[in-house]
Amino acid sequence: MELFQTILDILVSAAFWTAVLRIATPYILGTLGELLCERAGVLNLGIEGIMTMGAMAGWMAVYQGADLWTGVLVAALCGGLMGLLHATLTVPLGLSQHVAGIGVTLLGTSLSYFVYRLVLPQASTPPTIEPFQPLALPGALAQTPMTYLALILVAVVAYVLYRTPVGLAVRMVGENPAAAEAQGLSVTAVRIGAVVAGSALMALAGAFLTLSAFNAFFFNMVNGRGWICIALVVFASWRPGKALLGAVLFAAFDALQLRLQQVAGGVLPYQLFLMMPYLLSILALVLVARRASYPRALMIPYRKGER
Amino acid sequence: MTSPPIVLRLSGITKRFGPLVANESISLTLHKGEVLALLGENGAGKTTLMNILFGHYVADEGGIEAFGQPLPPGSPRAALAAGIGMVHQHFTLADNLSVLDNIAVGTESLWRPRSDRAAAKAKLLDLARRFGLEVRPDALVGDLSVGERQRAEILKALYRDARVLILDEPTAVLTPQESASLFDTLRRLTADGLAVVFISHKMNEVFAASDTVAVLRGGRLVATRKTAETDREELAELMVGRALKPPSPTPLEPGEPVLTLSGVTVASGHGRPLLDGVDLTVRRRQIVGIAGVSGNGQTALAELVSGLIHPDSGTMALKGEAIGNAEPAEMVRRGVARIPEDRHAAGLVGAMAVWENLIAERYHDPAFQRFGLIRRAAARAYAEEVIEAFDVRCPGPDARTQLLSGGNMQKLILGRTLAHGPDLILASQPTRGLDVGAVSYVHGRLLEARAAGAGVLLISEDLDEILALADGITVAYHGRLTPVLPHGRVSVRQLGLLMAGHWEILPEIVDAA
Repeated sequence: MELFQTILDILVSAAFWTAVLRIATPYILGTLGELLCERAGVLNLGIEGIMTMGAMAGWMAVYQGADLWTGVLVAALCGGLMGLLHATLTVPLGLSQHVAGIGVTLLGTSLSYFVYRLVLPQASTPPTIEPFQPLALPGALAQTPMTYLALILVAVVAYVLYRTPVGLAVRMVGENPAAAEAQGLSVTAVRIGAVVAGSALMALAGAFLTLSAFNAFFFNMVNGRGWICIALVVFASWRPGKALLGAVLFAAFDALQLRLQQVAGGVLPYQLFLMMPYLLSILALVLVARRASYPRALMIPYRKGER
Repeated sequence: MTSPPIVLRLSGITKRFGPLVANESISLTLHKGEVLALLGENGAGKTTLMNILFGHYVADEGGIEAFGQPLPPGSPRAALAAGIGMVHQHFTLADNLSVLDNIAVGTESLWRPRSDRAAAKAKLLDLARRFGLEVRPDALVGDLSVGERQRAEILKALYRDARVLILDEPTAVLTPQESASLFDTLRRLTADGLAVVFISHKMNEVFAASDTVAVLRGGRLVATRKTAETDREELAELMVGRALKPPSPTPLEPGEPVLTLSGVTVASGHGRPLLDGVDLTVRRRQIVGIAGVSGNGQTALAELVSGLIHPDSGTMALKGEAIGNAEPAEMVRRGVARIPEDRHAAGLVGAMAVWENLIAERYHDPAFQRFGLIRRAAARAYAEEVIEAFDVRCPGPDARTQLLSGGNMQKLILGRTLAHGPDLILASQPTRGLDVGAVSYVHGRLLEARAAGAGVLLISEDLDEILALADGITVAYHGRLTPVLPHGRVSVRQLGLLMAGHWEILPEIVDAA
C-alpha cells in the first residue's frame, strides 16, 4: 500500500511531468525520424550513430562560438549527410539495410569521438557550453525550446504524411514501390529524400542531449536511445501521434524508476529499477506490435525493370 | 471510309534478357477506338512488349511513337504523360492505402502544401459514373475483391486521362460474369475514343472483345488478323506453331473412394473459417475438379490433404481408413502424391540438384540411404530413370534445379510424385504459368494416372482446365464446397454464378442432374 501511495504522490507532482517531457524529447525526435525512413521502406539502424553525430556536431558548433540555434541547424545538416550515406548504400545500391545501418552506427559513434578528440586533444574534464534554458512557464510547461520544437514536429510530420502529396508518395513507396513507379514517381528520389529528412530528425534528438539536457559531450551519451526509438516505431504502428504517446510512456517509466530508486533504493538493488522501463516497453511491444501492420516494402530494396 | 487515326506505332522492338530474346523486331500499330488482342503462349513475349511500351523496360532496339510523337524509352512517367495507362496482371496497388490514395498518388506536384482530396474524389466519382465502374474511394485496397481492384486499376489509368489502355491478362483472376462486365467496360471506353490493348492466352476472350488480334510466338509477331476474319483453329495454330488436339478423357467407371472428407472445418484464427463443413469424396479412376476464384479455401484444402494442417472438426479418410493428424511424410507414405500450388516456393529447392529434389520425399527409404548416409549412386541412377521417363529437359541429375524452365520443373515434380503409383493425386494449379505444350503433357500424365487407378483432386483457377479434365466438378466459395456436380450437367454460366456465391441455383442443377 505504501508503495502505491508513493507512486501516486510521484504521478501528481509537477516536477515528475517536467522530467517526463524532458526525458521524452530525444525519443520523440528519434522515433519521428526512424518512422519517416521506415514509412518510405528503409530501415535505418544508423540511428544510434546519427544521434551521436548530432550530439557532437551541435555541441561543437556552439563550443566554437556559434549560437544555439545555429548548433541545432549544424546537427540537422550532419544528420542529413549521414542519412545520405545510408540512403546511397541502401536505395540506389540496394545493399542490405541491416548491414548498412549497423555500419552507419559504428561510423557515426567513432567518427564523433574522433572529431571531438581531434579538436580537443587535451580535455580531461569535458568542456561545457551554455545550453538552452527552460522557458519561464508554470509547472510542467517549463521546458526548453527544443522540447517544444519536438512537439511541433510531431504535428508537422503527421500533416506531411497524411495531408500532402509528398507524404502520400512516401507512404506509397514504402507500401508498394512498383505501384509508385507505375504512377510516374521516382522510388529512388522519394526514398533518399525520406531517409535524409528522417536522419536529420535523429540528429536533432542527439543535439537535444548536448544543447538542452546537458551542456557537454560524452562518448556514451546516446546510450541506446536510438535502439529504443526503433522499438517505439513498431509500438507506434508507424503513426506520429502514437510515436509521441510511446515516447512519453517510456519516459514516464524512466522518470518513475529514477524516483523509486530514491525512495526504495535501500530495499532493492538499483539495477532492478534501471531494468524497469525496458521490461515494460518489451511488454507493451508484445501487446501492441503483434497486430502491427508493417509498411509492406520495408527492408526490400527496389530495383527497376528486374525480372 | 477512312480508317481512324493511328494512336500508337511500335517499330522494330527487340529486347534481350541475357541469351534469351524476349522480343524480336516487333512492329505494331493501334488505331483510335480499336481493341487489339495480343495473343500468345506464356513466354511468347507479350508482357515484355507491353512493359517496354509502358517504360518499365528499355528496348535494345526499335522505337515507339504515341500520337505522332516519339516516346522517350524507360520512363513510365513519360508514358503516362503521353496518355498511355497500364493495368498490370499483378495489380500495382498498395493494400494499406485507400482507393483514392492509390489513384491520386503522383498526380499532384509533390511540393503542393496540401493534397486537394475533395477535387480528386469528385473527379474519380465522375469517371466512375461515366464508364460504369463502381468504386468505393475511401475503402482500403486490401479490403476489396479482385474485381473491385481491377476497376480501381482501370480508373487509375482513366484518372490520368489515358487514351491508350493496356490490360495484361485482365481476366485471369475474374469469374466469367466479372469478365463479361469488363468487356462491357472496354466497349464503353472505345466508344469514347480510347484504344485498348489486352494481353491474353484465352481464345474465347479474343473473340468476345477484340477488333484486331496480333499473335506472338517465341518473341516474334507471327500474324495480325481482323478478329472477324479469322477463327479459333487458325489462331491456335499460329499461337502454338502446330495443330493441337484438346485432351479427350475416355469415360471410366469410378472405383472405391480414396479420399473422403466429412464435415471438415478448419478455423482461420480470425473471421470466417478457412474450410467450413466440407464434404467431399474422390474415387479411383475419377478426377474431381475444384473450381473457384482464388482465396475461397482451395489453399487450405490442399494443405489439409497434404497433411500440413489438420481438421478442427470433422474427419478425413484415405482408402476408407480414418487418419488423425497425419504429418506430410505420413501422407506421402499412405500414397498421396502432391503437385503443389507454387512449384518454386513449396515444390522444389532451386539451389539443389535435380537428383536431390527427386528423392526429397523418399530420402529415408532404404533404397536411397544406408546408416544415415545418402546412397548417391543409387539416387543418381534413379534420377536418370525419372528424367528419361518424364522427359525432363535438363543437362543431367546434377544440374541445379533453378536452371530448369517452368515446364521442366513441373515434369520433375510429376516424376517425383507419379513414379511410384500413388492412390490419390493432389494437383494444385498443375499448369499455372506453363506453355501449351507443357500443359498438354501434364494433362496427359494426369489422365494416365487416372486410367491406372488413381483418384485425382484437381484444384484450378482455370475453368477451361477443369472442364477439359474433370469427371465431377465442385465449386469452392468462402470455404465451403458444393456437392460434386457431374461434368456435362453444369454450364459455364452456372459455374460462374456458383463461383460468385449464388448457391441458390444449386437445387435446379442438382435436380436436372
